[in-house]
Amino acid sequence: MSLLKLLIDFLQIGTLSFGGGYAVIPLIQQVVIDTNGWLTMGEYTDIITISQMTPGPLAVNTSTFVGARLAELPGAITATLGCVLPGVLISFVLYQFFRKKSENLIVGDVLQSLKAATAGLIAAAAATILLLLFFGVTDIGAIQSFGNYPALVVFAVCLICLRKFKWNPLIIIGASGAAGLLLYL
Amino acid sequence: MYISAFTFGGGYVVIPMVRKSFVQKKKLMTEPELMKIAAMAQSSPGAIAVNTSTLVGYRIDGMPGMIASLVGTLVPPIILLTIIAVNYAAFRDNQIVAAVMQGMEAGVAAIIVDFVIDMCKAVAKEKKLFCIVLIPATFIASFLFSINVALILIACVLAAIVESAIRHRKRKVRNELT
Repeated sequence: MSLLKLLIDFLQIGTLSFGGGYAVIPLIQQVVIDTNGWLTMGEYTDIITISQMTPGPLAVNTSTFVGARLAELPGAITATLGCVLPGVLISFVLYQFFRKKSENLIVGDVLQSLKAATAGLIAAAAATILLLLFFGVTDIGAIQSFGNYPALVVFAVCLICLRKFKWNPLIIIGASGAAGLLLYL
Repeated sequence: MYISAFTFGGGYVVIPMVRKSFVQKKKLMTEPELMKIAAMAQSSPGAIAVNTSTLVGYRIDGMPGMIASLVGTLVPPIILLTIIAVNYAAFRDNQIVAAVMQGMEAGVAAIIVDFVIDMCKAVAKEKKLFCIVLIPATFIASFLFSINVALILIACVLAAIVESAIRHRKRKVRNELT
């Protein structure tokens, strides 16, 4: 695996990740696991978890971690720059453009649709993560029996706290970590 | 000015932090300007936090400000995450860490699902049938048929351009009739 290929792959990820940090989750999954087999889904779920609990944007954390796992510091820098540069350049062009002109109708419509498409893609990534969490498999056809009740309970309680009581995600991460300590140790 | 660009490394709360330090304390930019920058950052791909801070850097000090902000936002997480990644094997083999991580995975899954629900609600609020149909369509294409994510997004862009052109033409025709 060369740094150039890593850079090109992450430039692609950075260009397509409309809708904020979570949008990179399905994109990195595609490149790193499905296409190139650089990491397993289990390792990738760990990476997402670690990226969530450390400060900094999720997209930056995830690409740094993946890059560092593949090629240490040079890999981390390559992957992160690839991931952020398209966004920085595109937002810069938009900023220059819209400072003078008013909103373009078609561009606005396309951006709106991209947000909807991204929601579906993130939902698909979330479904894969849930499959791995509850059944230990990454393909819906491979489900044999329901295994992980404790994870289901933690997941359900966390979701209720987020939706009903509007808990801060950082508190959720801390609380679910504590629950893991009680349940699995 | 450069140093202050370096201090906001965190991602979660960039916009309130920029407001506090650059709009209220230093009066380097105005509130509507910041809102405009936030909107641009949100409509572009990539991390919103990174896009916002580079645009703020550019607004305050041109190109050098932009580069300083980019470096300032990226360096802390790169260093931190590289250290964790390199020591990942030892980190993961620790029994306590493994138990905590297993619990957190369920929590993180809940956070992502919560985010997806919020996003779907925001899309539904626009009341545009085309966008609402896109959510289950992209979900099925990606999850059940494992179609390449990049291909799905490119197809959506093309479909959106066609849909938008048709709708605006219809409106034009209707306006001409009345």
